[in-house]
Amino acid sequence: MPTMTLIQAINAALDEEMKRDERVMLLGEDVGRRGGVFLATEGLQQKYGPDRVMDTPLSEAAIIGAAVGLAAHGMRPVAEIQFADYVFPGIDQLFSQAAKLRYRSGGQFSAPMVVRMPTGGGVKGGHHHSQSPEAHFAHTAGLKVIVVSTPYDAKGLLKAAIRDDDPVVFMEPKRLYRAVKEEVPTDEFLLPIGKAAVRRQGRDITLVSYGGSMVETLKAAEEMVAAGLEPEVIDLRTVMPWDKETVLSSAAKTGRLLVISEAPRTASIASEVAATVSEELFDQLLAPPLRVTGFDTPYPLAQDKLYMPTVTRILNAAKRLLDY
Amino acid sequence: MDTIQYLDDQGRPLRDLPLSPEELLQGYRALRRARHFDERVLVLQRQGRLGVYPPFRGQEAAQVGVALCLRPDYDWLLPSYRESAAALTFGMPISKLILSWRADPAGWGAPPNVNMVQFYIPIATQIPQAAGVAHAQRLMGKDAVVAVFIGDGGTSEGDFHEGLNFAAVFNAPLLVVVQNNGWAISVPTHKQMKVQRIAQKAQGYGIPGVTVDGNDLVAVWSVAREAVNRARAGGGPTLIEALTYRVAPHTSSDDPSRYRSEEETERWLKRDPILRMKNCLLHLGLWSEDQEAALSEALEAEFLAAVEEADQAPEPKPWEIVEQVYQEMQPDQQAAWQYLRGEA
Repeated sequence: MPTMTLIQAINAALDEEMKRDERVMLLGEDVGRRGGVFLATEGLQQKYGPDRVMDTPLSEAAIIGAAVGLAAHGMRPVAEIQFADYVFPGIDQLFSQAAKLRYRSGGQFSAPMVVRMPTGGGVKGGHHHSQSPEAHFAHTAGLKVIVVSTPYDAKGLLKAAIRDDDPVVFMEPKRLYRAVKEEVPTDEFLLPIGKAAVRRQGRDITLVSYGGSMVETLKAAEEMVAAGLEPEVIDLRTVMPWDKETVLSSAAKTGRLLVISEAPRTASIASEVAATVSEELFDQLLAPPLRVTGFDTPYPLAQDKLYMPTVTRILNAAKRLLDY
Repeated sequence: MDTIQYLDDQGRPLRDLPLSPEELLQGYRALRRARHFDERVLVLQRQGRLGVYPPFRGQEAAQVGVALCLRPDYDWLLPSYRESAAALTFGMPISKLILSWRADPAGWGAPPNVNMVQFYIPIATQIPQAAGVAHAQRLMGKDAVVAVFIGDGGTSEGDFHEGLNFAAVFNAPLLVVVQNNGWAISVPTHKQMKVQRIAQKAQGYGIPGVTVDGNDLVAVWSVAREAVNRARAGGGPTLIEALTYRVAPHTSSDDPSRYRSEEETERWLKRDPILRMKNCLLHLGLWSEDQEAALSEALEAEFLAAVEEADQAPEPKPWEIVEQVYQEMQPDQQAAWQYLRGEA
């Protein structure tokens, strides 16, 4: 079994799906000849030709809008937005059109498409190359939203997203693109959208995270283990629809919930998870659910290490929960 | 830039007409059918039997002329909300349109032989999608053509620019039809843009741009037919500006007296596309008042039957509001669905 980085796993998923189904096509800025600015689509235009890997104009509304039209009319487009921060000119197409096409046409049309985008901070990208806008997407029914954290998940979930009959936003933490390597099967496999992964089983506290923040969450969990605790760690993987069942059963077991995400705090996925656990398990909890998140600021150009949930912040919050 | 015209303001042919007598008659009947629909649904609206409705009075030729060039079971039509006349001519049943403007789910979608996407409401969002739909036809090896409609105000939106540029770069088989009806609700075209002709905007994309008298059915039909033929043959998109006028309010909720005098409206009413076409037919000896009376009677009978059909649509069930969000219902919708059914 070969080891792959996250970016290699994404490239492999796209390659396999394009080989399997000739309706699958890619479009986006610099995705063809250059292979994408992060090289996610490297080599695919040479292999499948310019009709199936389209270098588009600098035009996010047209990339997403045309993908809706292509998807509704027989193709399986995978659009790349160069950075999640640049999706906003295309948001009307994503929110008002892709997400609603099935609903407003009474099921006559749908938009089976994927919008991929590098997301999150940690690469000194500044205000406009570091944001984590997943909560915006999750707030729009009709979309599914995936945020991956491992090469294995990236391959299995991207392939599942391409085969899904609804529009899927697929978010790739850019700081993990080459930071992690793991064995990824070359054989066909798919992972279910909407299912979390339990990264570590435990009984003292439930740590829920996803995407880039999984790195610090797992490190914090290791330190807890070293201190004699048994944390349970859940990687949501899909944030819309998120896996309530797995989170609720874990929180019911441990009685303590900590949600970690680098996205801004207010109206976040972390808030949604914490609110749901409070609603469902109020009398079984040993402490109020806590969140460790980015601050409610623009993503800072300087001092971004302070902005990201650090191991120390996670451990401090865990201590509050355990001492409650 | 010249405005293409075949009929003068009274409907007299200015030169040889590029349509056969059968086509002229077909066109006139389609105009009358559209006008009848518009008048009658406004009555339904006033009776409280329709939701908010955007009338198209005066713009029939600009829509009918394009729809008549398309093959409904092969080509595609992406209309904005003003284009009930195009939809009707393209083959959408009257009952379905009534239900659609009643905001009744039975009005969503189109019959299988009518390749129309539900009316687009957010301005210009249909343009990038139409570029994608058109490009998809080419990728699938079809020579189908896509027609998309927009108004003068919509050409100020970013989506208009992005969609046209995308379609042009990929040579997509697309007709972008701008009905320049003088008003974007209360803002006149001269305050919307500095160009004299919307068709000039085509130059920015390297595609043909044509201005046509939108109240002259013969002109619209012939210009659209040329653009359709070009697109079908691989010649790429065309921007068509149909000069017309919104003689009616923006919607049934609008009051134009708040922003315009009706002197200009009066001038345009004299250039009514239906009167002009009727005069053209009378001039050519193709039409009589007896035929006119018979047509009116047939249109009213057709409309009444359609209303009856629409009235029989079943009441939507409460839980239908959480259906068709996803292919398979997700847990949140499932919970809401059970709640609305009284099961949870």
